[in-house]
Amino acid sequence: MDFSNLLNNYAEAISMVLFGIGFSNLLLQKNLIKKIIGLNIMDTAMYLFLALKGYIAGHKAPIVVNGVQSTEAYINPIPSGLVLTGIVVSVSVSALMLSLTIRLYYRYHTLDLDEITMQLEKEGL
Amino acid sequence: MEFVRNFPFISIILSLFSGPLSSILDRKKAKWWNMIVIGLIGAMSLAVLMYVLGTGEAYVYTMGHFTAPWGNEIRVGVLEAFMAFFFCVVMFLCMLGGIREREAEIEESKQNLYYVMINLLLSSLIALIYTNDLFTAYVFVEINTISACGLIMIKQNGRTIVAATRYMIMSLLGSGMLLLGICFLYGITGQLLMSNIQEQVHRIASEGSYHIPLLVSMGLMSIGLAIKSALYPFHGWLPDAYGYSTVSSAAILSSLVSKGYIFLLVKIFYRVIGFDIVMDSKVINVLFVFGIAGMIMGSIDAIRENNIRRMIAFSSIAQIGYIYMGFGLGTTEGVVASIYHIVSHAATKSLLFVSAAGITDVSGDSTDFFDLTGAGYRNKLAGVAFTAGSLSMIGFPIFSGFISKLLFAQAAVGHTFKMLPTLIALAISTILNTIYFMKTVIRIYTPMRKSRDREKKNTVVRMTDQPLKSAALICFILMNVILGLRSETIVLMIQNGLKMFG
Repeated sequence: MDFSNLLNNYAEAISMVLFGIGFSNLLLQKNLIKKIIGLNIMDTAMYLFLALKGYIAGHKAPIVVNGVQSTEAYINPIPSGLVLTGIVVSVSVSALMLSLTIRLYYRYHTLDLDEITMQLEKEGL
Repeated sequence: MEFVRNFPFISIILSLFSGPLSSILDRKKAKWWNMIVIGLIGAMSLAVLMYVLGTGEAYVYTMGHFTAPWGNEIRVGVLEAFMAFFFCVVMFLCMLGGIREREAEIEESKQNLYYVMINLLLSSLIALIYTNDLFTAYVFVEINTISACGLIMIKQNGRTIVAATRYMIMSLLGSGMLLLGICFLYGITGQLLMSNIQEQVHRIASEGSYHIPLLVSMGLMSIGLAIKSALYPFHGWLPDAYGYSTVSSAAILSSLVSKGYIFLLVKIFYRVIGFDIVMDSKVINVLFVFGIAGMIMGSIDAIRENNIRRMIAFSSIAQIGYIYMGFGLGTTEGVVASIYHIVSHAATKSLLFVSAAGITDVSGDSTDFFDLTGAGYRNKLAGVAFTAGSLSMIGFPIFSGFISKLLFAQAAVGHTFKMLPTLIALAISTILNTIYFMKTVIRIYTPMRKSRDREKKNTVVRMTDQPLKSAALICFILMNVILGLRSETIVLMIQNGLKMFG
């Protein structure tokens, strides 16, 4: 087995592990707040991955200073733009999830989704 | 440049900006403004469709005149324009058919928000249809999810909030996978515009490098969008979301929102990756298997269900299964059949939801199967409409459902391995469909004694009592029949559109 690629790209590997952690939390946790934390871990892992894709060792952030305009000086700015867009999306879905959680908590006084489902069945709506 | 070329962009922007406007208008005005906007966008899409049919080729609209690798693009062909037009028509009729329920079920102060959500939803759907940029597509997928969630939870009770939460969780899992797939694809191609990605993907494929990342990215994007459009094993959120939300929401969600994601998947297959590469991969076989499982399991669940709204929702799962099975065949005929089924299912499912609302309305607002006895006599038009929708779902000739089943069967013939499973699944699924739809039709036409009618607080509604809903139902039935009788035109348009697509 050749692990050299894995060692070279260890940061990407870490971001994928984080993605897995977030994904399984979002899927498997019963507690709604923990689910939302999972969602945020998942999204953040993606931003790490994207940022790594744009990073070039030794180059600077793509802000023109001192009139240096050569592409050799800066990292790729597009992934950073994508990360920003992604953050906006992630903030809005987190806010929506949190507001749903608050509504459910006021109604059922629990954060456990299974318990809420059981209470719903008792209500028989 | 002809002015018509601006219309796709104008429709997206018009819909986006009419959202805030709806929130400050008063309730009545917001309602009619919303209808006008949907109508206007429909008319513009029709104009674009006519234009593209006239020129016979797709055109690219560059946003802000920034050219290919830097700018954001809109790409319009026959298929896109047709879909946008069709979605507008269906949405208009769904809104028309659900007015009464909406005003009864939604708090007065929240009704404006409903129109905001509808506007957002329409703009994101149209953007999903037209955009030529993969990351823009992702952003609009999220906007679509958020507004769909709003549509589910606007009718405030425990059920809908839980349904919205479940919907959000599954959708976020799906969009997480979609985003990861897009990031992988960006990582190996370095492009975000769909046509540019395709060039790079072809280069990579011919060199034989990056085989695994490409496959993983394809799988992630397919499964992500499959979760979001409720393909069989990922459908847990669907019955509650469709079954308990207000009728316009249910109709719009089942006929448009899930279809928007599927349309994006077609786009990814054809324009981003290239259909020959997708065909070589094993991803479509997975979709095929899940699709067939969905066709049968969705119908079985529907048979066991006693709530008419949830029954129709389960039937949606079966129909989504049909669509993915068509992709899974891996031929252009299969994809044409799937796209035709998207159209036919959108027309039929919204008809069923709206007419089911009419039926439950005259049965003391009960959705329970046994309370519906004789509802077809109490609300004649809704009964006829439900029967028409059921026949179309089953695949009765002259209705659109027949044509889509025929197209699926034709696409399957000649396929070495997939022919037999497809035909068998089609047959079984048709029988199961017949069982639960005909069971309901027979139930609503079983006469009930007058004395029991009074005891159960059943009412009688004539066609003229609810003119808007009647108009919507009649339009839906006509649409189904037209799609069934004039199917050649539509199929030809889809085939031409797919040619322009790549």
